[in-house]
Amino acid sequence: MVGYPEALTDPSYKGQVLTFTYPMVGNYGVPDKVMDLGLPLYFESDHIQPQGLIIHELCHEPFHWASTRTLDKWLADEGVPGIYGVDTRRLTKKLRTHGVMLGILQAFEENEEPDMAALLNSSKSIVDPNLTDLVKEVSVKKPVTYNVDGKKTAVVIDCGVKFSIIRNLLKRGINVVRVPYDTSADEILSYNPDGIFLSNGPGDPKKCPRTIEAARELSEKKPLMGICLGAQILALALGADTYKLKFGHRAQNQPALDLYNSRCYITTQNHGYAIHMDSLKKTCLEPWFVNPNDKTAEGIRHKTRPVFAVQWHPEASPGPYDTELLFDKFAKTLEVN
Amino acid sequence: MPKFDWIKKVLVLGSGAIKIGEAAEFDYSGSQCLKALREDGVETVIINPNIATIQTDPRLSGKVYLLPVTPEFVEKVIVKERPDGILLGFGGQTALNCGLELEKKGILQKYNVKVLGTPVKAIEDTGDRERFRQAMEKAGVPFLKSQAATSVKQALDIADQIGYPVMIRVAYTLGGKGAGVARNMKELKEIVTIGIAQSRINQVLVEEYVGHWKEVEYEVVRDYNDNCLTVCNMENFDPMGIHTGDSIVVAPSQTMTNREYHGIRAISINAIRALGIVGECNIQWALHPKSEECRVIEVNSRMSRSSALASKVTGYPLAYIATKLTLGYTLPELINKVTGTTTACFEPALDYITVKIPRWDLQKFRNADRHVGPQMRSVGEVMAIGRCFEEALQKAVRMLDTGKIGLVCNPEDDEPESEESLRDEMAHPTDERLYKIAKTLRIGLSVPEIYRLSGVDPFFLYKIQNIVNMEDKLKTLNLADEDSAEVIREAKRIGFSDEQIAICQKTDEKNIRNYRKVSKILPVVKQIDTLAAEWPAKTNYLYMTYGGDEDDIEFSNTNSKVIVLGAGVFRIGSSVEFDWCGVNTVWALKKNGIKEAIMVNYNPETVSTDYDISDKLYFEELTVERVLDIYDKECPMGVITSVGGQIPNNLSIPLSEAGATILGTSAQDVDLAEDRSKFSTLLDQLGISQPSWSKLQSIEEAKKFAAKIGYPVLVRPSYVLSGSAMRVAYNEVALENFLNLAAKVGRDHPVVISKFITRAKEVEVDGVSDGDNVFIGAIMEHVENAGVHSGDATMTIPPQALKLEVQKDIETATIKIVKALKIHGPYNIQYLVKDDVVNVIECNLRASRSMPFVSKTRGINMIDLATLAMLGKKIDGIKLSPMKVAPHVGVKVPQFSFMRLSGADPVLGVEMLSTGEVACIGANFSDAFSKALQSAEFAIPPKGGSVLISVGGDDKRKARVVPIAKAFEEMCFKIYATGNTSKVLEAHGIQNTVLHKVKDPDVTPNILDYLQEHKIDLVINVPMANRRSNMSDIITDGYAIRRQAVEFNVPVITNLQLAQALVDVMRQKDQNGNSIRSLNEYMDELPWKKW
Repeated sequence: MVGYPEALTDPSYKGQVLTFTYPMVGNYGVPDKVMDLGLPLYFESDHIQPQGLIIHELCHEPFHWASTRTLDKWLADEGVPGIYGVDTRRLTKKLRTHGVMLGILQAFEENEEPDMAALLNSSKSIVDPNLTDLVKEVSVKKPVTYNVDGKKTAVVIDCGVKFSIIRNLLKRGINVVRVPYDTSADEILSYNPDGIFLSNGPGDPKKCPRTIEAARELSEKKPLMGICLGAQILALALGADTYKLKFGHRAQNQPALDLYNSRCYITTQNHGYAIHMDSLKKTCLEPWFVNPNDKTAEGIRHKTRPVFAVQWHPEASPGPYDTELLFDKFAKTLEVN
Repeated sequence: MPKFDWIKKVLVLGSGAIKIGEAAEFDYSGSQCLKALREDGVETVIINPNIATIQTDPRLSGKVYLLPVTPEFVEKVIVKERPDGILLGFGGQTALNCGLELEKKGILQKYNVKVLGTPVKAIEDTGDRERFRQAMEKAGVPFLKSQAATSVKQALDIADQIGYPVMIRVAYTLGGKGAGVARNMKELKEIVTIGIAQSRINQVLVEEYVGHWKEVEYEVVRDYNDNCLTVCNMENFDPMGIHTGDSIVVAPSQTMTNREYHGIRAISINAIRALGIVGECNIQWALHPKSEECRVIEVNSRMSRSSALASKVTGYPLAYIATKLTLGYTLPELINKVTGTTTACFEPALDYITVKIPRWDLQKFRNADRHVGPQMRSVGEVMAIGRCFEEALQKAVRMLDTGKIGLVCNPEDDEPESEESLRDEMAHPTDERLYKIAKTLRIGLSVPEIYRLSGVDPFFLYKIQNIVNMEDKLKTLNLADEDSAEVIREAKRIGFSDEQIAICQKTDEKNIRNYRKVSKILPVVKQIDTLAAEWPAKTNYLYMTYGGDEDDIEFSNTNSKVIVLGAGVFRIGSSVEFDWCGVNTVWALKKNGIKEAIMVNYNPETVSTDYDISDKLYFEELTVERVLDIYDKECPMGVITSVGGQIPNNLSIPLSEAGATILGTSAQDVDLAEDRSKFSTLLDQLGISQPSWSKLQSIEEAKKFAAKIGYPVLVRPSYVLSGSAMRVAYNEVALENFLNLAAKVGRDHPVVISKFITRAKEVEVDGVSDGDNVFIGAIMEHVENAGVHSGDATMTIPPQALKLEVQKDIETATIKIVKALKIHGPYNIQYLVKDDVVNVIECNLRASRSMPFVSKTRGINMIDLATLAMLGKKIDGIKLSPMKVAPHVGVKVPQFSFMRLSGADPVLGVEMLSTGEVACIGANFSDAFSKALQSAEFAIPPKGGSVLISVGGDDKRKARVVPIAKAFEEMCFKIYATGNTSKVLEAHGIQNTVLHKVKDPDVTPNILDYLQEHKIDLVINVPMANRRSNMSDIITDGYAIRRQAVEFNVPVITNLQLAQALVDVMRQKDQNGNSIRSLNEYMDELPWKKW
């Protein structure tokens, strides 16, 4: 219902066409790039990440003090096509039944008649973006440093990191070095970090062998926290397995239950892959959080070391801030270790 | 953590009668609560004198006590029932306040009754502004600059510090009672003086004024394990400054960004944690329109009107879950009832928008101010669901049933109005503001200008502009054009009804319907599933929209399918009693093996719109168009229109004409009863008397007719769409005045004038017939003479002063009429009895307001019988004469909300003014009446108290009060009287003291001072009979006395018969210990019980 500027700039949506279940979109326009701690306040990356947008109703006359343009204008400015007037509930039910599907979103000129047969035909040859190296596309090319004159430094391995993750570290007085996803463990250790952060990102975790490799070594040496794709990478690094979910978790209202104290948190989730619960048994990891609905793993932690990861987005944006406390936990680990 | 095992028996406090600020939403929350308790094997006891509620059905609760929700009575029930726990959060502020008193008096401790859920300390923290402020400060939650004051002087000092304007709120009141904005010292003094008197703790709050900030609300849930979630947020269309109960509300919020939404969500959770609430609470926020700054306004530590709304908005059963949490369950242990598999620990995702609009009835009240502000004055509300704001908004407008067919295209839209007047309306809104916005846009004021004046967010204003633009487009559209279908499709998408389109096209609604069907412009059915289609859900909660191209559900082929039309919006005259009828009909259909009982209703306050009542719930408009849409999709065996009051009843004929099958009495026979001429002819044929009447088209004719039958006459203009607007004229001047005021007498707007029989008894019967067997549930006698609307009258079963022969005559007349009208279903007939002659005044071929009262008092569920009859079955199994008396008496008493309607005159008349009712059962009339009065917040004066008597009219008329005054004298009352009344009393040897009138405030002793200082326990003020029709004479002395008494919470009686009944009760008080028996016990005593 809220958060389209954040969602549209989330690198995890790279290569996808995004649809919102909420029917009215663009109500409060699109804000300006207001900077906060060196990062834009309302956006999760520098530009729109999905390939296209499908919504039910577009707001033509938005109003908000922070807005500087309409959603339509923003999409046009960035050259991303969008369509409105679609029964998105119908679409959602279809996606629910068949899982995430490949599709074509094509713009036509006025009075131009779409050739449906040709379109259907070309749909057969769409390249599945999950088979391409999406992480490579969204990761930084060179290391970037964010300095808040903190006492501690974390290296964020950027598989498509959201700005809010970096902001949450900076806010806690942690300097951040953001490195490309395929940076080696040695190179990362050369920054002499106090902790490592494995970011979120798009697609199949198994497409990131070099990140998995680095994570294995780093998890033995430094405190480490992972989010979403980062959690899957950590699991793979330490010998567990991942799989593609039939129904991905994508919403701002998903529960995550702490198995050790029965506390349940409302979280933002956006993952189509998950960690195999059974596969954890033979590793040094243990399940920490589960989704009480389908009992899938939502969080894992190392049995002995300060290493943990969650499937959801504690940085929220969009979504609830209930689990920002995980960043506090990470910051504390840096202090102690 | 599972349920606490020590909880075996729980007492639930209800909210009593419906009043402004406390309406049927508490029937919803209480009913869900009882269900949740029983599911866990907990024995339940409920105290609630509101007999028309579902929650007071013995099938829902183990024990039902129809008793006042006051510490005195609750203690007696506790002694009798000895519950382990008590729930205070499901009966509104009434239950909460009563609970606090029970705790304070040590009663709960004495009998070891634990308060379940939110602890008393948290309730107190939220109720006391100062303590609340401290709690919020500690939790780091931004709050309004404010300070409590217990004197005017203190309030003035605080206002100086904060700076004017300031907001004054009154501690511990309902619906924002007594609140107001003070722009200067003078205004502050006025508001604070009254506020301190009204507050239970004599405290007001002076606070920073945040008018025109956005107003948003969050519904927050917390369990004993500190898990928290927000079920829903809502945004007010009207900015801060208008009570949320009187605001148009959308859910979810529409104009908030992610940071604003989740920022406030996060601090809402901080707040609930800091307070230690367990269960549910509602938190209201002010959000700055130009920054992310916000202030917490209020926390309601209980189920509220907003939480009932949130429940209907989301499909999340808040009251059910809240109950489970108070028993010790945690959120992740509970299941989302909609999916049946997923956890209740989640936040519903919506893929639609809902719009709530309040329904006011201010025009009914003489002198009542029509501005809306910080004090809630609406009497009902509607909720509409759509896929865009415009669609939901226009649906909601129609649902209000005020005669509007949508936001635009109403005939009165074209009435010229000056820019100045519209600008004033924008800045100082009345109940008409929404329509005036459209009008203001029409005269060319810009959106930014309207925003500046009104504070309504331009997001909403632009949407209204879309609707206005579409009206223009429709007016010039040629339906024969090729692309006209696209325009019509868009019009339907943004909520235009066929009727609106027809008006623009100057054609008939049916033509538009046909055009649509041909062009395949049809609505689709969507589900409300709590998770925006992300998981498969088996929900029966449905709405219709043009914003989609696929039905969510498949329709079964069964013919065992019945549509029940619900009551729609509640207003004065139609309330929870019709929801009781609707729900009972659904239950009866199920009992009779109907496979699909389908409910259509849109009132978020009701039990009938609850997720587990019917097989399918269409949360939809009750219009011919929409009901036919549903009919077309469902193909049921028929529609029941006779159990939801006037709204569905009015649909009977048009639905039948459109080819729908109406179950029960045929539409033709309904017409026969409702068309005055036809009905009158029928009565003549049957040889049953009726007061003379005529339908007239000019003032001259009216005057001539009135002179012929003799004054007083009852005048009823038929053009009035909402509220009957009836008046009694005692002379020609009054008649002319009233007709001139009505102004629209003419061929299309005739008036009905009938002889008004004075000093007659009014009697009603409720019954059911299957066409052959006529069953009379009860004969009800009104305590007040005819002239007081039946909804405002005190009624008793069985009659107390009606000869048996007269009762026999009534029975005979009833059977004749019922048979002649071929009634198949429920009916209600009203009679006047004068000199033992029975006259018929009205016959309704539908369930009446008194149906639950009759059913519960007589122990026979009349709706069960009516449903049988409507299904074509026979009710010959039950033979019971209404004269067969039960060993108990039931008395129904109205509840008024005059205190919440500033300026309103509390005098009773032919137009109904009460907002609710209660009924109690007792060993005899006095026992029942005394309990009922106390249930309706009427404080019976103590022995040796004081009474002020003031009677209008000549000495002869004044003398009628003498026996009553004598009785007070015998009971050692101090008697005060106004000048002329005093003389008459003195002439009859009754000692009394003269008090001077309110209009001479400086002459002492003065009524105003005595009221203010609580030196008067009761006011008996019977106005001159013809005063009420004299509209120009507004500020009479009598009015001033009555109104001041209301302001200072002193009971007022304006009717001699009622005063006499009260005196009788007080005389017998010592003999009649108030009996404490449950409805179950009373019912079980009846050999004919059928429940």
